[in-house]
Amino acid sequence: MENASIFVIVISAIFVNNFVLSRFLGICPFLGVSKQVETAFGMGMAVTFVMTLAGILTYFIHSFILVPLSLEYLKIVAFILVIASLVQFVEIVLQKTSPTLYQALGVFLPLITTNCAVLGLALLNIQYEFNLLQTIAHSVAAAVGFSLAIVLFAGIREKLEIADVPGPFKGFPIALITASLMSIAFLGFTGLV
Amino acid sequence: MDIKKLTNGLIKENPIFVQLLGMCPTLAVTTSAINGLGMGLATTAVLAASNVVISMLRKVIPSKIRIPAFIVVIASFVTIIEMVLEGYFVDLYNALGLFIPLIVVNCIILARAEAFAFKNNVFSSLLDGIGMGVGFTLALTLLGSIREIIGAGSIFGITLFGAAYKPALIMILPPGAFLALGILLAIKNIMSERKTV
Repeated sequence: MENASIFVIVISAIFVNNFVLSRFLGICPFLGVSKQVETAFGMGMAVTFVMTLAGILTYFIHSFILVPLSLEYLKIVAFILVIASLVQFVEIVLQKTSPTLYQALGVFLPLITTNCAVLGLALLNIQYEFNLLQTIAHSVAAAVGFSLAIVLFAGIREKLEIADVPGPFKGFPIALITASLMSIAFLGFTGLV
Repeated sequence: MDIKKLTNGLIKENPIFVQLLGMCPTLAVTTSAINGLGMGLATTAVLAASNVVISMLRKVIPSKIRIPAFIVVIASFVTIIEMVLEGYFVDLYNALGLFIPLIVVNCIILARAEAFAFKNNVFSSLLDGIGMGVGFTLALTLLGSIREIIGAGSIFGITLFGAAYKPALIMILPPGAFLALGILLAIKNIMSERKTV
């Protein structure tokens, strides 16, 4: 993956290895904030913002602090702290600029901290040994893939609200089965790159 | 009373089936029973240890910065577990891959720290951590077993049906994870409905 072109990285992160549907990263917000397209879109945007910044920031921390001091084993602690501070920052900004969106996202905004997609992305960037440009491309593309999946899923769930679902399947079970069908659709991209 | 703290997490407040926490590792690593069990035990270890430490420090940590403090404690234990797995259980380490460091962002651990360990004494927190961890492990092993039986025709690596059985590969691919958990939750709903009637 070290020499992969930007185009391949982007297509791969959005479709082939979609963060939600094939890597299983970020399932909590995917299931939790996907009842309405509008809030799903807001969540997607918040995650995109955090993921892009976190991807770039962790890249610098890894290559300029952890590697020179051979402290790589501290990467989990260092990355999670960076992500937690970033989320706090986004929360404050959102609270001031868009109170409606802030209310709609509710408890899920602090939960971006424990959104495995963000930490997963930071760790994957290191694992693939991406350079800065590739890191940025991968971070943005992964976040776009997440947003795509959550918005599509919210669209389907809005329709599900008025569908006649068998009793025991109401709520989460039918949502998971919907996600399964979406995941099958995304499997179709396997082998594209 | 103390026994109740231990058994709470097993069924009544099972983290996966009732609280729906920690979905990412649940879906991602349950391609086989052994992976599910390994992930469950690793998470249990982190959960119990972090619950104990957070409970010990609950009078020292100011409540305004408790979340970052929790995360640092949890991340330290995850780092330890990662090193242990890399050193002694290489196969499991390779199979779980990215999801070992990601234990740190497992919502169950932070949720228990916030909801239980920060308010209760050390011993109860230990019991709670073990109980929740075992509940998580049971759920993961169950899901892993179902997917392995249908998707590969074996359980814990032991072949069950002989050569004539054609495994439904879809069950160990990503869609199978969502499907299996969806159906399990529906079955759980049917069962709890029967109980209340």
